[in-house]
Amino acid sequence: MNDMRVDQTMMTTDNKITARGVQVHYGTNHALKDVDVDIRDKMVTAFIGPSGCGKSTFLRCLNRMNDTVASARVTGKILLEGEDIYDPKVDPVQLRAKVGMVFQKPNPFPKSIYDNVAYGPRIHGMAGNKAELDEIVETSLRGAALWNEVKDRLTEPGTGLSGGQQQRLCIARAVATSPEVLLMDEPCSALDPIATAQVEELIDDLRSRFSVVIVTHSMQQAARVSQKTAFFHLGNLVEFNDTDKIFTSPQDPRTESYISGRIG
Amino acid sequence: MSVLFLSAFIAVIGAAGYVICRQRAMASADGNIRNLHSLPSYYGWHGAIMAAVPAMFGLAIWLLVQPMLIERQLQNYFPAAEVENPAAMTLLMGDVRRVAGGIDVAVARGALTEAEVAALDSGRSDIRAELSSVGVALGSQVTPQVLAAAKDYRASAATGAIGRSILVFVLALAGFAYAVRATHKDFRARNRVERVTLGLLMLASIIAIMTTVGIVASLLSESLRFFTFYPVGDFFFGLTWSPNFRGNSQLGLLPLLWGTLYISFIAMLVAVPLGVFAAIYLAEYASPRARSVLKPLIEIIAGIPTVVFGLFALVTVGPFLRDYFAQPLGLGNSGSSVMTAGIVIGILNIPFISSLSDDIINAVPQSMRDGSLGLGATKSETIRQVVLPAALPGIVGAILMATSRAIGETMIVTLGAGAAARLDLNPFEAMTTITVKIVSQLTGDTEFNSPETLVAFALGLTLFAFTLVLNIVALLIVRRYREQYE
Repeated sequence: MNDMRVDQTMMTTDNKITARGVQVHYGTNHALKDVDVDIRDKMVTAFIGPSGCGKSTFLRCLNRMNDTVASARVTGKILLEGEDIYDPKVDPVQLRAKVGMVFQKPNPFPKSIYDNVAYGPRIHGMAGNKAELDEIVETSLRGAALWNEVKDRLTEPGTGLSGGQQQRLCIARAVATSPEVLLMDEPCSALDPIATAQVEELIDDLRSRFSVVIVTHSMQQAARVSQKTAFFHLGNLVEFNDTDKIFTSPQDPRTESYISGRIG
Repeated sequence: MSVLFLSAFIAVIGAAGYVICRQRAMASADGNIRNLHSLPSYYGWHGAIMAAVPAMFGLAIWLLVQPMLIERQLQNYFPAAEVENPAAMTLLMGDVRRVAGGIDVAVARGALTEAEVAALDSGRSDIRAELSSVGVALGSQVTPQVLAAAKDYRASAATGAIGRSILVFVLALAGFAYAVRATHKDFRARNRVERVTLGLLMLASIIAIMTTVGIVASLLSESLRFFTFYPVGDFFFGLTWSPNFRGNSQLGLLPLLWGTLYISFIAMLVAVPLGVFAAIYLAEYASPRARSVLKPLIEIIAGIPTVVFGLFALVTVGPFLRDYFAQPLGLGNSGSSVMTAGIVIGILNIPFISSLSDDIINAVPQSMRDGSLGLGATKSETIRQVVLPAALPGIVGAILMATSRAIGETMIVTLGAGAAARLDLNPFEAMTTITVKIVSQLTGDTEFNSPETLVAFALGLTLFAFTLVLNIVALLIVRRYREQYE
């Protein structure tokens, strides 16, 4: 196995997440083959690739959301700050508080805007009293660039917001638990161009506080928001490099074909 | 001609309409389907509908109206005093119809000829004996008026049958001719057939609604009659229920209402937690294999006839509660009790609540669960704080529907809670409900015009009003939550 290499990278880099030899099987389907990725702190990493290439699968490995899929089997090593997240000692529930997730479709809970954001902090007992909770909610909504739009209607249902606002509410909800890593699974695919621009701007802001991993179908989006890009194809990690290098001088012919629109 | 024959005629001409109109349409399009406005079968159906439907309606209306007209005509045979009294009139008309029917049978068997029938005279011959010899039993002696009316009835019915046949023939042939003339390749048969289909669908819903209206109207009119015998205030606020068929009954609603509500309350106390918890387990925790076994097993309960549940209450639950709870606690020694009926009705309603709630919980989008799990919530936190609130309106609706069923349950109460109307807090005491009393007031050989019988309709109306209010409340709650959550 690659144990030697894991030890080396752990010592030599300031990686937030280090993945080595990750394999995922859904039943008999080998969905992800031997993926090695390093995710740096305070940086946006984009996963691109055609549908079914395994990029969302890999993202869902990073906070063990694949545990909820009965047929999924994950092997290999994923270290969050040097700690193996698939170690039996690790509680996936605690892990997910540290590695937040934003989903493809905005999925606000059927609760008020306030309660949506306060959901995580309440579950994890992050606020000692109401004032602290108010503080967390306001900071998170400001962090998601939504505060000014909703500050007068915090008690109204989150489901009454527009699609773009809903997605920013979901980002605020994820930010509220103060995660170390924020995973975003095609966060703009259900949004119109204006809402997409707002969310992209927000992702750029979030980079100052977290490391962000974003799965996207849009190569333009990857180019706009990310510093590192990983290209997946048919379950393999084909190329992983600085974003500008991937888009200007791809090393692998498959990457070049994909970004120039010949496969996908 | 008999109704059966006419129906067969309508069916045949309808089939002919289908075949001929379809052929005509094809002929007018030179045998090429693409020249037709609609598919050939639509022309066929148009022909069938035009030939059969008006004739069918004509026949139905005739069958409804003819007896009314004949009855009015026959009133001339009877003294005005009896015509005024609807109950006596109903009896007389029954006699007339039976005698007429008897004569029909006798003629059909050849025991009498039409000439002999015309010569029949109650003064000379014993019609009762004569008819019973051909197997037609009459309850009482035939009076001259009834015999005359019966003869007239037969004559009118015969005339009516001819008119009926003519009407059906004319309508069927006219519709058939119209459809054949209208059939042409540019005729919009498809649109026409779809309009008729729409009409049929509307008719179906109107019949359902009219039935409800009819039930309410009959309840209302009989209840009003009851309130002419018995004071409204004493019924709604009376604390005693003791019907007495010699008169002087005390017919207070409150003991029955109390029993109904008490038993339903206990039933819901059993059914709601068990039903909802079972639904949560099935929808969220059970593996697909466990679910595929458990769900049908729970739903089997719903298929058990309620009288079997009643036996279970009578033989098992009642004595058990009496021996292990009521007697040791000093709360009486009655086998039938509110508790017995409540618990068994609750069990009956478990599959109802669990099955509906299970569907509703399954309908909560997976993205909600993912969102909550992705924030580091456990499965149980996710269910309590996200899934159940989202499913709540539906679950509340299911619970209120189950409550309506519990309120309307009769058999289990009869066998499990007894028939004693009582205002009591002790749940181990026998009590009874509105539904049981409706049954007991209407069974037995009692005069239909007494308050003791008519009270059943007032009880029924109360019950109906009660469940109606419950359903409206359910709707309002569901709507309010829906505004909040969606």
